[in-house]
Amino acid sequence: MSPPATPARFGRAAGIILQPALNLFAALLLSGLLIRLIGENPLRAFQLMAAGAFGSSDAWGYTLYYATNFIFTGLAVAVAYQAGLFNIGAEGQAYIGGLGVGLVGLAGGHWPFWLVLPAAVGAAALGGAAWALIPAWLQARRGSHIVITTIMFNFIASALMTWLLVNVLIKPGQQSPETREFAESTWMPTAQGLLAKLGSTASAGPLNLAFPLALGACALVWLVVWHTRWGYALRVAGTNPAAALYAGISPSRTVVAAMLCSGALAGGLGLNELLGVQHRISLDFPAGAGFVGIAVALMGRNHPVGIAIAAVLFGALVQGGSELSFDMPHVNRDLVVVIQGLVILFCGALQSGLWKRRRQRRAA
Amino acid sequence: MENYTLLILLLAATIRVATPLTLAALGGLFSERSGVIALGLEGMMLGAAFAAAAVSAVTGSAWLGLAAGIGAALLLALLLAFTCVSRNGNQVVAAMAVNILVAGLGPTLGLAWFDLGGQTPQLEARGQRFTEIVWPGAAAARAHPVPGLIYAELISGHSLLVYLAAALVPFSAWVLYRTRFGLRLRAVGENPQAVDTAGISVARLRYQGVLISGALCGVAGTYLSTAASSGFVRDMTAGKGYLALAALIFGKWRPYPTLGACLLFAFTDALASRLQGVPLPLVGVIPVQFILALPYVLTVLLLAGFVGKSTPPLAIGVPYTKEN
Repeated sequence: MSPPATPARFGRAAGIILQPALNLFAALLLSGLLIRLIGENPLRAFQLMAAGAFGSSDAWGYTLYYATNFIFTGLAVAVAYQAGLFNIGAEGQAYIGGLGVGLVGLAGGHWPFWLVLPAAVGAAALGGAAWALIPAWLQARRGSHIVITTIMFNFIASALMTWLLVNVLIKPGQQSPETREFAESTWMPTAQGLLAKLGSTASAGPLNLAFPLALGACALVWLVVWHTRWGYALRVAGTNPAAALYAGISPSRTVVAAMLCSGALAGGLGLNELLGVQHRISLDFPAGAGFVGIAVALMGRNHPVGIAIAAVLFGALVQGGSELSFDMPHVNRDLVVVIQGLVILFCGALQSGLWKRRRQRRAA
Repeated sequence: MENYTLLILLLAATIRVATPLTLAALGGLFSERSGVIALGLEGMMLGAAFAAAAVSAVTGSAWLGLAAGIGAALLLALLLAFTCVSRNGNQVVAAMAVNILVAGLGPTLGLAWFDLGGQTPQLEARGQRFTEIVWPGAAAARAHPVPGLIYAELISGHSLLVYLAAALVPFSAWVLYRTRFGLRLRAVGENPQAVDTAGISVARLRYQGVLISGALCGVAGTYLSTAASSGFVRDMTAGKGYLALAALIFGKWRPYPTLGACLLFAFTDALASRLQGVPLPLVGVIPVQFILALPYVLTVLLLAGFVGKSTPPLAIGVPYTKEN
């Protein structure tokens, strides 16, 4: 077998912390070169981004609000990954999960919030899981490649939602394809509101109750995947399907169950985005968070703690990136997408380093 | 008569939409047949679309644009091949990385170079675009619509890249099935061990497969930004790379059926824009979104084995490590 990717004396901690850090550094270095190529100062750009992401309570609010979305989609990708599946469909699952959240938001105008919240969480999970069910079942029973089917389902979700928003759910007498605003009683409590109650006037951006819910989801995933018999079966099936089969674990059942959990987690995005911020269903509200989830999961090594940290980092990149465009007119948010792609490349595809090690070649 | 004209125009639109799909799907064919998943078609096409439009805008030459488009896509293909073949990286992750990287890189460089919010300047001058070639006698043929319109709209009146795409289908079939290289390429996607045992380099063949897919995506991207439209806009491939992959799967990894799938998918696209809000007999108005989603639904059904059976190359997605 190939030797560990890092020298043994650094041990486990090095593999967990040092390698993602090095990969991130490589990605940022290349992004810095790109900024230099554009004709801006990379150090100043990164300073501005850091200030834009962490410089005030408002900035923190935005950073953590973006991070909330990325935690949900990152967990979705990671749970599937632990079961040996690559779920590219978090985008579509978040979209349909959000539909569930939105329907609760539209229907629950007269409900008390303690009823709205569990209903919305349930609807988010149900919608997301439903959208993952068919690809999961097809993978388990008919061997259809889940990467391809989940991509197809992203497009189908997009078509379905466009149709629903244009023809069915649209607010009457309006041009733009979005629903009416949800009743205020269904909105997620915001951090701003909490601060006001505590007597502070500080702004906290769009940060809302969905953020602690996302952290709760992290804890739940950690508990279920690493500390239950079922989670163990999931990881065995993901690491060695043949061994799982001999151990009496049904691979097809594991595939379906893992994908349902994955889709349900992706659905959580709607809680933050719709009940928390937009207060209506709008076109393409996941806005690519499903794909950021891939980067977040890979960088967080498919572990909830890593994902929470990586999600905050990506939240900071998105928030910092949009602030950056105010100060540097030649740089826009697309730069963040470049960094995202580089992170996926380094953390996911080139994780064993750019160059073959001699040792590895001899061992092979 | 009116329906006849409409049908011809619909088919002409189909040919135009099918061109980038066919080019990319043929590229994907070479990559997947060598055993490397062709999820990166989208990114390579988008990268080529940007490079072609940018170079054409600066130099005023569509041909230099084409060279730049192919060059950019080849560079991305090289990155993919290096990651997937030399470094045995996860092919799906590598391709997603390239797709996302390019989605950001195009607008970033575009904004820096042209200051137009991420777009390239409009290609208006003569020679900056691959414009329609009108064949001799096309105008005269319109006088007799019944056979004439077929000549004027379907055979004549496309850009050079359309004819190139059409010619590449039989050429690809010939390369894949009638040359030694094609035989080896197909073998390496099915059973790399056997190819290796015969003393042929697996890595070299896979590099070639991925680079061919890059070159063809280069042409496809160039077509999008310099022939089908006049300049690069953000996310202008809009999933066409994934659609090409779907067509490739739908065509069961064979050149002619893949062309058929591309034409079918392009026809649904052309039809969707025609049928917008038009009521049909018996069924009423079919929502455009349903027609647009049809290729994806069909591909899922095919993958599920409900509509025929589509078997991928055996060794696809599996990095090859030499045993000794």
